[in-house]
Amino acid sequence: MIKIKFTVNSEEREIVTEPTRTLLSILREELGLTGTKEGCGKGECGACTVIMDGKPVPSCLVLACQLDGCEITTIEGLSENGNLDPLQKAFIEEGAVQCGFCIPGMIMSAKALLMRNPSPTEDEIKEAISGNLCRCTGYTKIVKAIEKAAKMIIHHG
Amino acid sequence: MNIIGKDIPRKDAELKVTGRAKYIDDLTFPNMLYVKVLRSRFPHAMIKDIDISRTKNNKGIVTILTYKDIPGVNVVPVVLMDQPLLAEKEVRYIGEPIALIAGEDKEATEDASHEIKVEYEELKPIFDPVLAMKRNSPKIYGKDNVFSHHRIRRGNIKRGFNECDIIIEHRYTTSYQEHAYIETQGMIAVPYEETMVIYGSMQCPFYVQDAVSKILGLPYNRVEVIQTATGGAFGGKEDVPSLVASQAALIAFKTRRPAKLIYSREEDIESMSKRHPAVIHYKSGVTRDGHLNAVEVKYILNAGAYSTLSPIVLWRGTVHAVGPYKCPNVKVDSYATATNTVPCGAFRGFGTPQITFAVESQMDELANKLNMDPIEFRLKNILRKGDRTVTGHLIKDSMELEKTLKKAAQIGWKIKKEESKDYIKRGIGVACNYYGVGLGAGGKHLSKAGAMVSVLGDGSVNFAVGTTEMGQGMETVLSQVAASELGIKYEKVSIVLTDTTRVPDSGPTVASRATVMSGNALIKACKPIKKSITDIAAKMLGCAPSKVKLANGFAGFEKKRINLDDVVSECFKEKRIMSAQGWYKAPYTSWNKATGQGKPYFIYSTGTNIAKVEVNLLTGEVLVKKIVAVHDVGRVINPQTAAGQVEGGVLQGVGYALFEEMDSRDGKIQNTNFSTYILPTSKDSPQIVSVFVEDPYPEGPFGAKGLGEQPLIGVAPAITNAIFNATGIRVRDLPATPEKIILELDSRQGKF
Ligand code: FES
Ligand code: FES
Repeated sequence: MIKIKFTVNSEEREIVTEPTRTLLSILREELGLTGTKEGCGKGECGACTVIMDGKPVPSCLVLACQLDGCEITTIEGLSENGNLDPLQKAFIEEGAVQCGFCIPGMIMSAKALLMRNPSPTEDEIKEAISGNLCRCTGYTKIVKAIEKAAKMIIHHG
Repeated sequence: MNIIGKDIPRKDAELKVTGRAKYIDDLTFPNMLYVKVLRSRFPHAMIKDIDISRTKNNKGIVTILTYKDIPGVNVVPVVLMDQPLLAEKEVRYIGEPIALIAGEDKEATEDASHEIKVEYEELKPIFDPVLAMKRNSPKIYGKDNVFSHHRIRRGNIKRGFNECDIIIEHRYTTSYQEHAYIETQGMIAVPYEETMVIYGSMQCPFYVQDAVSKILGLPYNRVEVIQTATGGAFGGKEDVPSLVASQAALIAFKTRRPAKLIYSREEDIESMSKRHPAVIHYKSGVTRDGHLNAVEVKYILNAGAYSTLSPIVLWRGTVHAVGPYKCPNVKVDSYATATNTVPCGAFRGFGTPQITFAVESQMDELANKLNMDPIEFRLKNILRKGDRTVTGHLIKDSMELEKTLKKAAQIGWKIKKEESKDYIKRGIGVACNYYGVGLGAGGKHLSKAGAMVSVLGDGSVNFAVGTTEMGQGMETVLSQVAASELGIKYEKVSIVLTDTTRVPDSGPTVASRATVMSGNALIKACKPIKKSITDIAAKMLGCAPSKVKLANGFAGFEKKRINLDDVVSECFKEKRIMSAQGWYKAPYTSWNKATGQGKPYFIYSTGTNIAKVEVNLLTGEVLVKKIVAVHDVGRVINPQTAAGQVEGGVLQGVGYALFEEMDSRDGKIQNTNFSTYILPTSKDSPQIVSVFVEDPYPEGPFGAKGLGEQPLIGVAPAITNAIFNATGIRVRDLPATPEKIILELDSRQGKF
């Protein structure tokens, strides 16, 4: 067992756990943050993507022993006081959501992209989400939604 | 504002983008157990012994159950009732469930599942669906391993071919396709007093109810099934959730504790249903002027070890075996055969993508042999209103295939004549398809649907239906239907979770039937409520009820408008009926088993796909640049949601055409994860132009037909026809992987 201290959605957390426990399991089972999904448990689908120190990571591959001092943002941390993030708004408006299971991970990958590149090209968007599998949408509306969110952020700060 | 035909945002979108939607694995119950399934490691064997004595006492293990513990009957009810929930003496495929383990935590349960020793005696297996029918092959079903056989006989096949000027005959094969819903299968069974409550990811709550009640020996009214948010299904959550739910329910029943069972991805790919691999012999002939005159087909599906839905998948494929064309002389024989492989089942298209690949490849080749433009050739043969299908069905309503073909051609049909010298070859291909909406004569007794609508005192509305939302957008489309019917604002209408206690058995959510079936039931349920509202509004407005207009939250008469909330509150004071049930029964269908003649479906959706591809002659890779998808689905209720269905279906079709290949060796699937089973990613997504031609279907809600499955069906042949156009290579075995293209190129070196 190890003790780790890290930040989740701007909140300090301290937990005692097995060093090999995954971040995904900590988020879902320990912290009750079930917005982050498991689609494969092996780093192959992207459904479990969260932002760790500014970078998108599959949380099913991050272990507790790597977490100390880290800053994590999950889908639950994206909307502030009920105000949706531009990405969330754009996903709704563009009809980019179907079954929704890939969506939290997809939005976190997109968020990380827009944080480092505020006006990405279509190819850059496709590249950034190429590790996030979506079986429902064909990605067309997802790419459009991310383009739209980028514009919303640039225009409204 | 009328909200039918408008891009209204999805009802469930906000919950899903914020991570608040509750999927099955997001739920926990106090005192809950975790379940794991012990599965067969052999494709065909006798079970000599299962030794649970040691594992039973492992720390954290609560119980281990085998078939002996089943209080009801050990059968998963689908069509033929041949599949046990837990194997008894014999196992017939790798991954077949043998025992259930329940423990206090996931790890203990997982560990125990590896420790249990099963002693097997191996039997001779059979893997090939064609050899399975041979007399000397091992028998795993009946006398000939044939689960199901269908036929069509029309005209005189011999004379038909004699009259033809050009005849071609080929063999086609298609691979498994994995559904790859991103949420794996999962269920929680919760014993509550005398009732077993099942929560989970599923398409068909009434199938689950039937299965659980048979396994536990409980009456239907003691099994309540509630669908949770479902993370994709595509047919893969039609029948198999019955297994998952019964497994969890058996543990819950025996331990009187909630039991959770979530499949791992590997387990899901190994043991759950898939699209059937097919072997198709196809012979077709035309007269010199380009009329399809005779078609003879032998269509064989590898059903796997148990029949599950194969008889009806096969039936649908049989009905569609000639495609949306007229043909006077037809002979079709189709077989679903048993092999020692994982049982196949429903997957978007349900037996038609395989056969459509053969149909449209043949049509393309015939056009080529006739030296005729493939579009012109199709126009000579397609079904129009007033024609008869090859099953003898006279088409009277909504059939706008011609419009889809012409529209698609107008947007994207330009055959490049000059040859580029480059190692990149460009090509274009077309494919048509049609699709019988609903269950048709193959599932007649299920062709019904119920709905319950309740307008509450504050003017908000709840409605319930027996079909399910699995991502396709049913909740949104039906909310539009209810809002429009009652004149109440869309924002005030919401669906309640699909629950077997709220609505009567409405059959499954399959076959692109939810819009038509539940939509019509919903409209019927709205009728008496609408009458209450109209009567009271008329009184308040001082006019005759027939003069009242209800729309967008108001009741109006000439220039006067009153708020519907006030009318509703008045209705409550007057004690008028404000909640009601609706019931819809599908129109008549028929089928003659001996001749394959009849009216198999009450209506067809149709469509045309055009694919533009680039083939790299050095690597064999095919890049799909663009798909023009034009569909006739009657009236479109929500264009944005409909386009989403098309885009998703097209990309699944691209995967089916080019890279989704399941490697099954000796009954064992080798690629049970997403690094080896390749799904299309954002980078594989072509430009998709999706267009609807709308010819309202008079029987459909606001004129709608069905859409869900259509978009996938014609994509693969459009792509392979484009590959032919680009390179002269005719791919007859799906998927068209780079290896196959390169092999073909190598075998005719020097041609380019
Ligand atoms: S669950 Fe982590 S990548 Fe699939
Ligand atoms: S919306 Fe279903 S997997 Fe993406």
